[in-house]
Amino acid sequence: MSSIANKKGFGATVWDYMTTVDHKKIGVMYLIAGTFFFVLGGIEAMLMRIQLMKPNNDFVSAGFFNELMTMHGTTMIFLAAMPLLFAFMNAVVPLQIGARDVAFPFLNSLGFWLFFFGGIFLNLSWFLGGAPDAGWTSYASLSLYSEGHGIDFYVLGLQVSGAGTLISGINFLVTIVNMRAPGMTYMRMPLFTWTTFVSSALIVFAFPPLTIGLALMLFDRMFGANFFDHTMGGNTIIWEHLFWIFGHPEVYILVLPAFGLFSEIFATFSRKRLFGYSSMVFATILIGFLGFMVWAHHMFTVGLGATANAIFAVATMLIAVPTGMKVFNWLLTMWGGSIKVTVPMLYALGFIPSFVAGGVTGVMQAAAPLDYQLHDSYFIVAHFHYVIVGGIVLALFGSAHYYWPLMFNQMLSEKLGKVTFWLFFIGFHCTFFVQHFLGLMGMPRRVSTYDAGQGLDLFNMISTVGAVLMAIGVITLVVNVVITAVKNEKVGRDPWGDGRTLEWAIPQPVPFYNFRQTPLVRGLDTYWIEKQEGNEEGMTYAEPLSDIHMPNNSILPFMMTVGLFIASFGALYNMDADKPWSIYLLVGGLGMLFVCMFIRSFKDDHGYHVHVEEILAEEERLYGKKGGND
Amino acid sequence: MDMNKQFTAQTWPDHPEQATLEGKNKFVGFWIFLACEVVLFASLFATYLALKNRGPASMGEEFTTQNLFELPLVFVMTMVLLTSSLTSVYAMYHMKNHNFKGTQTWMGITVILGAVFLALEIYEFNHYVHLGFHYSQSAFSSAFYTLVGTHGAHVLLGLCWISSLIIRNSKRGLNLYNAPKYYVAALYWHFIDVVWVFIFTVVYLMGAM
Amino acid sequence: MMRKFKKWRLVALLATMTVFLTACGEEYLSTLTPAGKVGQEQFNLLLLATAIMALVIIVVCIIYFISFIKFRRSVIGEDVIPKQVEGSHTLEVIWTVIPIILLLILAVPTVMATYELGDTSGMDAVDENGDKRALTVNVTAKLYWWEFEYPDLGIVTSQELVVPTNENVYFNLIAADVKHSFWIPAVGGKMDTNVENLNKFYLEFSEESARLKDGVFYGKCAELCGPSHALMDFKVKTLKREDFNAWVTAMQNTQNRTVAADVQAGEEAFVANGCIACHATDAIATTPDDAYASNALGPNLATFGDRNRVAGVLDHTEEEVVNWLQNSETLKPGNLMPMYDDVPKEELEAIAAYLMSLSVEQE
Repeated sequence: MSSIANKKGFGATVWDYMTTVDHKKIGVMYLIAGTFFFVLGGIEAMLMRIQLMKPNNDFVSAGFFNELMTMHGTTMIFLAAMPLLFAFMNAVVPLQIGARDVAFPFLNSLGFWLFFFGGIFLNLSWFLGGAPDAGWTSYASLSLYSEGHGIDFYVLGLQVSGAGTLISGINFLVTIVNMRAPGMTYMRMPLFTWTTFVSSALIVFAFPPLTIGLALMLFDRMFGANFFDHTMGGNTIIWEHLFWIFGHPEVYILVLPAFGLFSEIFATFSRKRLFGYSSMVFATILIGFLGFMVWAHHMFTVGLGATANAIFAVATMLIAVPTGMKVFNWLLTMWGGSIKVTVPMLYALGFIPSFVAGGVTGVMQAAAPLDYQLHDSYFIVAHFHYVIVGGIVLALFGSAHYYWPLMFNQMLSEKLGKVTFWLFFIGFHCTFFVQHFLGLMGMPRRVSTYDAGQGLDLFNMISTVGAVLMAIGVITLVVNVVITAVKNEKVGRDPWGDGRTLEWAIPQPVPFYNFRQTPLVRGLDTYWIEKQEGNEEGMTYAEPLSDIHMPNNSILPFMMTVGLFIASFGALYNMDADKPWSIYLLVGGLGMLFVCMFIRSFKDDHGYHVHVEEILAEEERLYGKKGGND
Repeated sequence: MDMNKQFTAQTWPDHPEQATLEGKNKFVGFWIFLACEVVLFASLFATYLALKNRGPASMGEEFTTQNLFELPLVFVMTMVLLTSSLTSVYAMYHMKNHNFKGTQTWMGITVILGAVFLALEIYEFNHYVHLGFHYSQSAFSSAFYTLVGTHGAHVLLGLCWISSLIIRNSKRGLNLYNAPKYYVAALYWHFIDVVWVFIFTVVYLMGAM
Repeated sequence: MMRKFKKWRLVALLATMTVFLTACGEEYLSTLTPAGKVGQEQFNLLLLATAIMALVIIVVCIIYFISFIKFRRSVIGEDVIPKQVEGSHTLEVIWTVIPIILLLILAVPTVMATYELGDTSGMDAVDENGDKRALTVNVTAKLYWWEFEYPDLGIVTSQELVVPTNENVYFNLIAADVKHSFWIPAVGGKMDTNVENLNKFYLEFSEESARLKDGVFYGKCAELCGPSHALMDFKVKTLKREDFNAWVTAMQNTQNRTVAADVQAGEEAFVANGCIACHATDAIATTPDDAYASNALGPNLATFGDRNRVAGVLDHTEEEVVNWLQNSETLKPGNLMPMYDDVPKEELEAIAAYLMSLSVEQE
């Protein structure tokens, strides 16, 4: 019944993960799946950089290059960056707010499986007639023109994984609204929880336009609708608007949690309260709000007219203000602190100059007339990689080191971690810094090759060398993970020594019910407060030890997703006249989905209770004594 | 707390839908879900307005909003759906008073009215298709059927949902486990109704003008 | 004294410029060597934005390094518990207000330039005779080539745009199949060619292209449009106004040109193989002047001999023409021209020689 981890066979472990509704295990699954897709996207990037290493190269064909470029973008955004952030949200947020699980554990599991199978579906296109090739933006005229099923894989795969993201977004919002421990007021929430909160709200408002855009494209390709066919009165600019109304907030969906993670790291390793906490919260909300007002800056050259361009230019520049506030608050957190240069802090220190560079080039592109030159050139490629790699990926790597002890009760090697950082960091700047100049020198983005004698050769070569360094960096990280897992040295609670927030107060390994008693939160950085007051227990409790209510595991989310996965294949091949069997897949898959939904509705699921004596037995097993704190 | 605990009208809480943590989560979560739905429909409305009356160069005046829509029929549909929203309010009223039979009856009437609405919509679509205004006829036809059809699909889903609730709970009466379920179903039904008011205004009334 | 200082400043400036220029790219392609009013304005905006942003980076880096140097744990001691500061309102105000001021400095010229560059009213201005004052070019982007029609002059060309210098040239832009984007980096920013609507903008060309390496500016397609997106280049030839007028007259006289005797066989092969069905060999515009995309199936070849490249990317030689005719699909994947690899090589060579003779510039 309970997920007490006795020694289990491999099959039982797999079954446990397939059915789990425990946010910690779902976090681990997000981490593994996200890393898998990250590596996949990285391989695609390497192939592209090898192709562009020298002029007129024929390492890959032009058509294949477009598939690589499309899948690299799509994979990295939807299947790597978002799930990896979800990994940390799942692993950390419930612990930070003193909750025993998320608000909807069943939906949490469903969200994961939808993302995972959506991603698998999308990537199966490589083996089933070719990947999508119209760019991750998949602009309508080209994507309708594109032959084969590549675009259909894109549409259906993103629809499925997008549904998973939406579910997770709603889940985190409700979790943070309803499940905070007593005393955890909004203005005492750690900044990672805050950014998760705002980013989830952005998901709620940004993903539906994408859902609609994808649906319209699906209808155009599948049912002969005419949304984007201008000969029938359609309009491709509608796709561009819908995509960017989603696409721009998506950037903030990704980067806000990254800000949150860095805020935790800066405070911890400066041994100092986050400077200007309330203005950080305010800036987060403001960025989220403004993020919806600026989508048309991706469309300055579409011909929206001078007035629209001017308005969106100024609105875009405004975002620099709250972002700047954040940067200065981080700097002032370090100022007067006690900075310990651990690997997570190294990533945070690398983040500041990298992200500021990415931010300022963003402001440059906000100047619409200047953007007429920069748009769709390599300058923009450099810009968004500075933001996404310099902001988000550094956050993910840094947090992987930072939260590894929390998730696995082990510490990644600091020595190897530093090697990873320097390889990756130098490689990153080497790859992307010169790309600014390539763009200014007239190299359009998304080109599969370029002619010699245009002055572009040297910088492309440098860029490829940098990419190799980044790849070696990532491999070092993987090696580090493997070595750490094999060594399996347990590190216990608060291994950094400077943990400030509630998640570090829990004894390691974290019991499946998280908190034996619900904690009472007495201020911002509650664990820091307890430590300063010499509380060995690390927490003040809000209730006596009593039975704990926990949700049941369920295989239904997995089965529902498999149903949808099968149905997606049915829908995809239903477009071909010569595949009459596809309708059975479609109906069968949807049938499976509905049967699972029916079971879920008609079979009551009240969860179960962990009784006091079971809690004590579990603590005995985990820590060998009551209470468990080292 | 035992989820299957039996209540009487006296012990029944004032806000049964939010009396448990699960209920509270459902309540907040569903409101957020409706926010998603608002954006979803907003995107569809925007698309519809952009493509209103747009078609191939050869498209005549026959299939424009002015000449196509049959307002009397749509008016009847609107009234039916508005009434069904009212009956679901009655059902919620009875639920708050722990009158399970009343809840079930009024929810049942809501379902019947919803089914009537759906039947009329199917008739309407069928009628247009027979006139030659089919899904692929123009960008306008695609946008029209997609917007109104998405609403119709929501009605259908709502009907299935409420019917299952009625059937599933017919034997066991109200408790704190199923009260939130009834509540969010009614909330969903109101939302569908509000969307229809917008469709009626934006598509039909503004179209006929 | 002052003089000496000025001289030093000049040397320093030159030194910086040399370093800078190595990263400037080629002047026929780079946005950093603007050859026109529009490009210059955008370049000035780039300099302004870069200056402001460099200031921001410097300030951030100074605070960053000082705090890193002064407040490391190895410097201040292992057991120090820093003061847990909440924040500072004064500082918050400072780093809100100063960025806003910096952004205003950038926003004002941005908005002004946006309106200035968006103003295409000059396109319709007419003189006392009712003739258009400014030159207008209708650009149609097609799967991997460009057509340039001069509606007021009744001529059409493709792949190589020819324009006069030192005056505003207005463009009507549209795509015939999928979306493309029209970009001449050295002259000015880009504008998309949408499939459903006409976009308008203008450029100004301040330099004659004859002195450039290939005698032309490079143009690019900037919007992903399929496998051969990277190969959808075009070239721009800029001429003094009187040279341009001469070119126009020559173009207008391309109807019923007689070809030289030595390439007549090529002309016959051109017709016999059906090339003529898609490719016009005179420069007379046939499509009416309307808002829609030109319906030409293949590029106009009336000035083939004057061009700089074959098919936009290959060297301009007869061998490459033959190569193109035999391998068009592999050379430019996804393009719509059939391959003529079953036609005897001599015939293709004859066609190549014929095409090379089509010229309005050679005497």
